[in-house]
This record gives sequence, structure tokens and C-alpha cells, in this order.
Amino acid sequence: MNSEKVIEVTGLTKKYKKLVAVNNLNLNVYKGDVFGFLGPNGAGKSTTIRMLLTLIKPTSGSIKIFGQELKPNRSNILSRIGAIVEKPDFYLYLSARKNLEILAKISGKEISKDKITEMLELVGLKDRENSKVKTFSHGMKQRLGIAQTLLHDPELIILDEPTTGLDPQGMKEIRDLIIFLSREKGKTIFLSSHILREIELIATRMIILNKGKTVIEGTVEDLLNSESLKVQIEVNDITKTLDLIKPTEWQLNYRSTEKSKIIFEIEKSKISGLTKFLINNDIEVSAVVPIRSLEDYFLRITEESSK
Amino acid sequence: MIALIYIELQKIFRKWRTYIGFIAIGILIPLAQWALYAEGMRGYQSMLTRQLGDSFISGGNVLNGFLLAFITLQGLYIHFPFLIVLVGGDLFSSESTAGTYRILLTRPISRFQVVTAKFIAGLVYTASLLLWLFLLSLVLSYILFGGGALMVFVQKIYIFASDDVFWRFLSAYGFAYLSLSMVCTLAFTFSSLVENAIGPTIATLAIIIVFTILSLLPFEVLDSFRPYFFTTYLDDWKLFFTDPIDYATVINSAVIVISHIIVLYLITLFIFLKKDILT
Repeated sequence: MNSEKVIEVTGLTKKYKKLVAVNNLNLNVYKGDVFGFLGPNGAGKSTTIRMLLTLIKPTSGSIKIFGQELKPNRSNILSRIGAIVEKPDFYLYLSARKNLEILAKISGKEISKDKITEMLELVGLKDRENSKVKTFSHGMKQRLGIAQTLLHDPELIILDEPTTGLDPQGMKEIRDLIIFLSREKGKTIFLSSHILREIELIATRMIILNKGKTVIEGTVEDLLNSESLKVQIEVNDITKTLDLIKPTEWQLNYRSTEKSKIIFEIEKSKISGLTKFLINNDIEVSAVVPIRSLEDYFLRITEESSK
Repeated sequence: MIALIYIELQKIFRKWRTYIGFIAIGILIPLAQWALYAEGMRGYQSMLTRQLGDSFISGGNVLNGFLLAFITLQGLYIHFPFLIVLVGGDLFSSESTAGTYRILLTRPISRFQVVTAKFIAGLVYTASLLLWLFLLSLVLSYILFGGGALMVFVQKIYIFASDDVFWRFLSAYGFAYLSLSMVCTLAFTFSSLVENAIGPTIATLAIIIVFTILSLLPFEVLDSFRPYFFTTYLDDWKLFFTDPIDYATVINSAVIVISHIIVLYLITLFIFLKKDILT
């Protein structure tokens, strides 16, 4: 992990009269991170993103981006950030190209017409470049949102639900694009998503937010591996397997049975020991499938923090 | 900054609602020109004699381009604020409604620049609409009906020689521009407060209507308040069609109008700098 902090948030708080939308939030995003920003609706994700982009003024706390205080260095910092905040909205009465031309003019960098064409091609909207945005589907607007985000070749990309409204193919393309931008172009990505599988697939580090507070922060791998995992083991003889494990320590890990599958809750490091035990006792193991994902983790941890 | 103003102008002039004013003037003025041409001097003289108690008789032909320009300006000017607020009331609120603040204000431009660019673009729109009125009411009327002496009724009858008219029109349009800019700035201020264009449009028009009624009510008790109603100054462009011109009043009115514009701009700037973008 690169130790250079791209985003450094300390004690960030936003209050609306009695409502505390974000409460003493601390987070660090390092250069090259794909940083997953998770939380249920109303957790304070969008408020945080808006504060990072100066759309909302914090009640208290500090935001440093690229090592600089955000408020006094706003213009310089924003010229190095590309962002989609919530849904991608554009000037509906203008064409896709005209929208990008307008945004290019105020991006703080010289952007050629060829660059705009390149972005339209990248997101598959070259054929519709002269169509007014009001004729676009939500998915097309989302693609145009990605194009405007990348237009000025930003170092930090903030994406708030970037795959919302896209078909599965489109979602995969965006995921691949994020991975490409991170790995090949060295961009730092701050990704908020309600599709937790997406975070699991893409993010390197993540934070879970609930009711404006940090619930947990760390690498995705560590967070998942620190927990016991549910696995589904497919065997040739259920009865024999259940009889076999009954007198052993594995019984403690047994949870349920579904047709030819037995479900265990077990630490990741112990899965190989369990399968070895079954095979050594003449049970045929045809599949071991982890069924606990970030989603279960997320739900459990946000429920716990809500108590 | 210039790029930002250019962008704001593009936003204004690529919207359909912007052209409502141009179309309205483009239809009304030729109709008025046609009607006046068809009626000839009879119509105008009968209007004057009604006002003067049948004691006025004109000699010669005063129906010319200048007279038509004056009548159309006088007639349409009352309705001009309605056309101005259609765009002025939309300057900020359309960004709120469309959610485009999120792409605009996350660029490296300051909020001061955004407010100023919108303000200037609003003034440019006001100027363009007034220029359109100028072209149709004065230039086209002059081309169609020619020049000549101008006979007008502003409190009393004035007759100006043909070589004494054009500068009066230019000055009157200049003052009209100031007062309409004030209307545009008022709508612009309201627009920064809300998230849809209907509110600022109605609020501005309501204020104009209420202030105009208060300005016209013949009660002495209101006299001390009248200087504070900005509508009092809206039709001071007519002062340029009096003789001698009361320059002290003209300057006083212009200073008040400009002060209103500056104060409204500063209020808008203050509001916008403090505003949390939640749309």
C-alpha cells in the first residue's frame, strides 16, 4: 500500500439543526486505493462526498486532499478531481458533446475536441454525441457522467453509485474501467456503492458508515478474513457426513443442510482441514462454495452498530 | 470568467423559454405598426383629445416612425418585466431543478464567478431583448414610415423637431435598460433562494404589481413611501421626452436603480456563498 494520503478527513461533522448527518468521521484514502465507501441509506455517504467536493460546508472537522487543506486550495484541488455525485445530471436541452464542451471549458485544463471525442467513444456514446441529453436513458446519462468525470484526466476519481441504472454488461464495463483506471493509470478511486458485491470485487480498502459514524475501516480482504465464513460443502452422502462430524469438533461449525449441501460457519483457515477430514473418511467432496460475502458482513455490522 | 459568461449565455439562448419574449415582441410590434398605419392619425389624435378634453387639434402629418416607436415603447414597456423575469427567475433555479449544480460547482471555478457570470448573462439577455424592441419599434418604424417631428403626451404635449428626437430615444432606451436590469436582478435574487423557476417568477411579478399599485394609489399617506418603491423609477425613461429635461431627477432615479442592482447582486452573492448544495 502506498503511504501517500490522497484524502485525509479528520473529525468531520455535519449537522442540520438537531440532525447529525456525519458525526466525527475520520478516514484516509491512499494513493492508488480503490476505496469502497459503504453504508445504508441515510448513513451520511452523500453528505460526506458533497463535503469532499465543497458542495456542502462542514460544521466542523478538517479535509485535506492531495496534502492540502480543501477550503483555501479549492480550485487547485478540484482541478485534479473527477466526480459523479449521486445521479448524473446534465443540461438536458444540450447535446452530449455540448455538455462535455461546457464542462471542458471550466475544468481548469486545456481539453481538445479530440479528447472529448475519445471520451465519448470510451463510454460508447459517439453515435449519439449530437443528441440532446433529454433523449438519453438513465444508463446513457450514467455513461456520460463517467465521460465528464474522466475528461480532464483527474488523479482522484469520486464515484457515487456509478453503476446505478446500467445493465449487467454496462455494470461490468464500468467495473473493468475502474480496475483499469486504478491498476493501469494509477488513479485513486473513491467509490460509494450500494452494490456491495461491486465493492468486494473492486475495492482494496473500505469503510462502513452508519448513522454518520465510522463502523469499521480496513482492507476488504482483512475485513472479510477476520470473520468466520459460511461455506456450502457439496458431498455425495449427507447422512454419513452428518454422522461422521457429530462426535467431532466440526459439529460446532455445522449450521444446516440443503439437499446435497451442508452449510458450515468456519474460519477461512480451517476450511482445508474440514475438507481433508471428510475426504480421509471416504466422503466425496464435489464443491466448497463460500456463501458469506461482504453483504452479510455489511448487514450484520450495520445492524450491530444501530443497536 | 469570459468562458463562464459565454457558457451562461449558451444556457440561456439554447432554451425555448428565452425566445418567448422575442416572439411576443416580434408579433406585437408589426401588428401595432400595421394598426397605426391603417388607422392613420385619427386614432392617435382621438387618444390625445380624450386626454386633453377635446381641446387639441393637430395640423400636418405627425404619424411617422418616431411616433410609432414612442407609442410601441410606451405600450410594451409595461409588460416588459414579465418577459424579463421568465429568464431572470430561471438563472439559478434551473440548475437546482436539473441537479446541474453538482457538475458545475465541482469544477475549479469559484461561486463568486458563477454568480457574476449568471448576473452578467442576465443583463446581456435583458439588453438583447431591449435591443430587439429598439430594432423593431424604432429602426423598423423609421424604415417603414420615415422620420419627422415627434409629438408626444407626457403630462402635457411636447413637440420635438426631427433632429432632436433620436438622442432622446437612445437615452430613454439607456434608462429603460437600467430599470429592466433591476427587474432582472430581483428575479435573479429570488432564483438563488429556491429550487424551481415558478417561485421567483411569480414573486418578482407580484412585487412589481403590488409596488405599482401602491405607487399609483392617490393617498397622501403613501407619498413618503413612494421613493422606496423601485417601480416608481421604472418609467422614468419618459423624462427624456420632456422639455427641459429634469436631469436632477433622472440622475437621482438612475442612482437609486443602480443601487438596487448592486445591493440585490450582493445579497445574491452572500446567499450563494453560504448555500449548501443539496439538490
